[in-house]
Amino acid sequence: MRIESRDQFTALHEAARKARAEHRQQILVCCGTGCLASGAKEVAEAFAEQVADRGLDAEVGLFVKSTGCHGFCERGPLVVIQPSGVLYTRVKAKSVAEIIDTTVIGGEVITRLLYKNPVDGERIEDYSEIPFYKNQVRVAMRNIGRIDPTDIEDAIAEGAYSGLARALFELTPDEVLEEVRVSGQRGRGGAGFNTARKWASCKAAPGDRRFVLCNGDEGDPGAFKDRSIMEGDPHSVLEGMIIGAYAVGANEGYIYVRDEYPLAVVNLTIAIAEARKRGLLGDDIMGSGFNFDIKISRGGGAFICGESSALMRSLEGKVGEPRAKYVHSTEKGLYDLPTVLNNVETWAGIGAIIERGGQWFASMGTEKSKGTKAFSLVGKVKNTGLIELPMGTTLRQIIYDIGGGVANDRPFKAVQTGGPSGGCVPEELLDLPVDYEKLTEAGSMMGSGGMIVMDDRTCMVDVARYFLAFLTEESCGKCTPCREGLKQMLHIYDRLIGGDGREGDIEAIERLARGMQLGSLCELGKSAPNPVLSTLRYFRAEYEAHIHDRACPAGICRELTAYEIIEEGCDGCHACFKACPVDAIEGVIKELHVIHQDACISCGACFDVCPTEAIRTLPKSRLEKAEVV
Amino acid sequence: MTTLTVNGRRVTVPDDATILDATRAAGVDVPTLCHFDGLEPWGGCRLCVVDMSQEGWDEDWFKMVTACNHPVAEGMRVVTHSERVLATRQVVIDLLLARCPETPLIQRIAAEHGIEKTSYEPNPEPTDCILCGLCTRVCDHIGVSAIASVNRGWGREIAPPFHGEPPDCIGCLACAEICPTDYIEFTDGHVTRTIWNREFEMLRDPVTGQAVITTAQAEYFAERSGVPKAYFETSDSSKRLAMAKTFAALAVKE
Repeated sequence: MRIESRDQFTALHEAARKARAEHRQQILVCCGTGCLASGAKEVAEAFAEQVADRGLDAEVGLFVKSTGCHGFCERGPLVVIQPSGVLYTRVKAKSVAEIIDTTVIGGEVITRLLYKNPVDGERIEDYSEIPFYKNQVRVAMRNIGRIDPTDIEDAIAEGAYSGLARALFELTPDEVLEEVRVSGQRGRGGAGFNTARKWASCKAAPGDRRFVLCNGDEGDPGAFKDRSIMEGDPHSVLEGMIIGAYAVGANEGYIYVRDEYPLAVVNLTIAIAEARKRGLLGDDIMGSGFNFDIKISRGGGAFICGESSALMRSLEGKVGEPRAKYVHSTEKGLYDLPTVLNNVETWAGIGAIIERGGQWFASMGTEKSKGTKAFSLVGKVKNTGLIELPMGTTLRQIIYDIGGGVANDRPFKAVQTGGPSGGCVPEELLDLPVDYEKLTEAGSMMGSGGMIVMDDRTCMVDVARYFLAFLTEESCGKCTPCREGLKQMLHIYDRLIGGDGREGDIEAIERLARGMQLGSLCELGKSAPNPVLSTLRYFRAEYEAHIHDRACPAGICRELTAYEIIEEGCDGCHACFKACPVDAIEGVIKELHVIHQDACISCGACFDVCPTEAIRTLPKSRLEKAEVV
Repeated sequence: MTTLTVNGRRVTVPDDATILDATRAAGVDVPTLCHFDGLEPWGGCRLCVVDMSQEGWDEDWFKMVTACNHPVAEGMRVVTHSERVLATRQVVIDLLLARCPETPLIQRIAAEHGIEKTSYEPNPEPTDCILCGLCTRVCDHIGVSAIASVNRGWGREIAPPFHGEPPDCIGCLACAEICPTDYIEFTDGHVTRTIWNREFEMLRDPVTGQAVITTAQAEYFAERSGVPKAYFETSDSSKRLAMAKTFAALAVKE
């Protein structure tokens, strides 16, 4: 049914809400990409089968729903039972019948499937009590995990398009803009440009054809917040874009999404088709007289196409390369016409801002960074997953309270924020409140919200090299400093980790980094030296050790590191023997084992499996000296 | 007209001028590699970086921009040889010298910046292509787009589609003529011309027998301009010959 007035929309919202209230119990199966990879599809199918076979929908009022990402990917597949809020983790299809019998019908909890708090070992029943969830505030991700992303009525029942209804029928475009200005929201794609200022600049640009674009080309290693939003609540993105288009006076929109996100493309396509059918997209939206439609454009997987001018060239069908932006894209963007381009997360927050007011959003966060921010918390942390928090939350709170601390209780070394162009923040800055300014001051950046936690078994020279290698692959090659500079920088790093560091390398790195920062055409090249400079700033001694001592203090760089077994620690468990891929370890069970250095490839497999920590690393250079003696 | 200063000297240029136009008007030399008057500025080589401050900015606040594509503004201050500008240009040319260690043009510009030998790892397979993009841009400009840059990062190169014979090429040689390092090879004869591994038949002057342009180019130009193809057959010596005859006839009359 097409919605042709605000009253009809309100009626649909009420009806959908009521229909959902009639279900006495709901089972929410997380079908985000992470959970799907661990078998969520089979779990969801098993539930649906059981409900159908046993007539449970009528009998116990049970309703099963496949939702988007719940965020706690570490523990997937996840199943939440509402209204009790019981969360089961790592659920397998074979446990489905038991869950229905024991929990849904019997009202008892299955302890074995409950989440175990890594801090105190306690099992937690209600998911909202789990520290990972308890400390979050969700705005952009407000409906993810609660709705079936392929069912528009489900989204509407949870409040989707209510902000749009308010914008279209209560506010003028200028009042919408004012509300966004009051919210203080800044772009969630990384640069942190003020949303309202961007819109106002586009609105003021001359011409009567303009565009509203969504940047869904999330490509940072370790980042997946935009993916989860597009997969789990595509309607929040559409709603934000329609409101934005209404504010700036655009009638055409595009979502640029990378093709490596197939589920996002599918769910967005369904959402757009459903929204059109309902009259929420297309001509005369909700009978308001406002016209706006959205098309999806699938990117070919180039990281650089997340850069605004490259994205627009790619949308035009040209090679996705940046061009110098001395004229803002809000004035000359797609096809040289005024264009607003915002990140997925930025758009997803707009509906909530209009519905609840800019003041509400501005009441969260810090002085210059308002509201909440989504982060992908990954790496050596106990609770990996997707989280959303008020700006100003400290790194310590994020890593220890929500993340549960460093995996295997190893010492914390650094956290890498902001993707490949971000930087590494060391332990002494753990109490840093996370916002745009503070991260930049620390030599990193907000970027796309990726946070990679690193423990003491991380070599910072190797980390910088990893990001350089990524960027060298992804540089478009248009401008000299980025194309040639990254290749030469990587070359120096290859020498450093290969034990061929030279006097003057650090200075050469710094000089090249400055040239790239100042000389590159786009932000990729300008920010490419960030991982290099931030690791140099906080971990200079590690660089010096690589050059002067031919040693990797973290014991990671293979060319510089040897492994040996500590006599007193080895209990002859034979685990290292089995783990060694090149048979370099000799020893029989219950006797001391020995590593043959000539065969050892320094892969560290033995180190990782040793239960008694009887294997240590030492610089290869010292080993050679010892042999000579 | 817009008035600005370049290294402290006041210059007045048209409103749509670039900083590069202004530096030229002021008689200041700013090195360029990927710039060509008549083609849209590209901003790829990054050699023409300058420091720039706009009216209303803090006195000592400068932004580094490329002169070739940055528009001028009233009251703008441009500094072409600040310490950081020179340092950045040095890094750029040093990197290009590593890429093209045997290319005379690059060696010369490097020497002008005090670099005799690259401080980076020299390219094990030296090339003369500096990836300035002039060839592909002029080809686009003519409307042919027979060649393009392929691959990304330092694997980037200029090539015809799938490295084969470019089907859209008209053999006009614009790419080879514009190339600042003579990287693009071609052979020219009276009967045929070969470029990008494709052989083109030459259109020959019916009077002198000289090769003028390729048949493909004449057909392309004739189609685009509406001028008959025969017009393109006339060689320069034919024109001179015709003119000489006309002048000779005039002389007789006198």
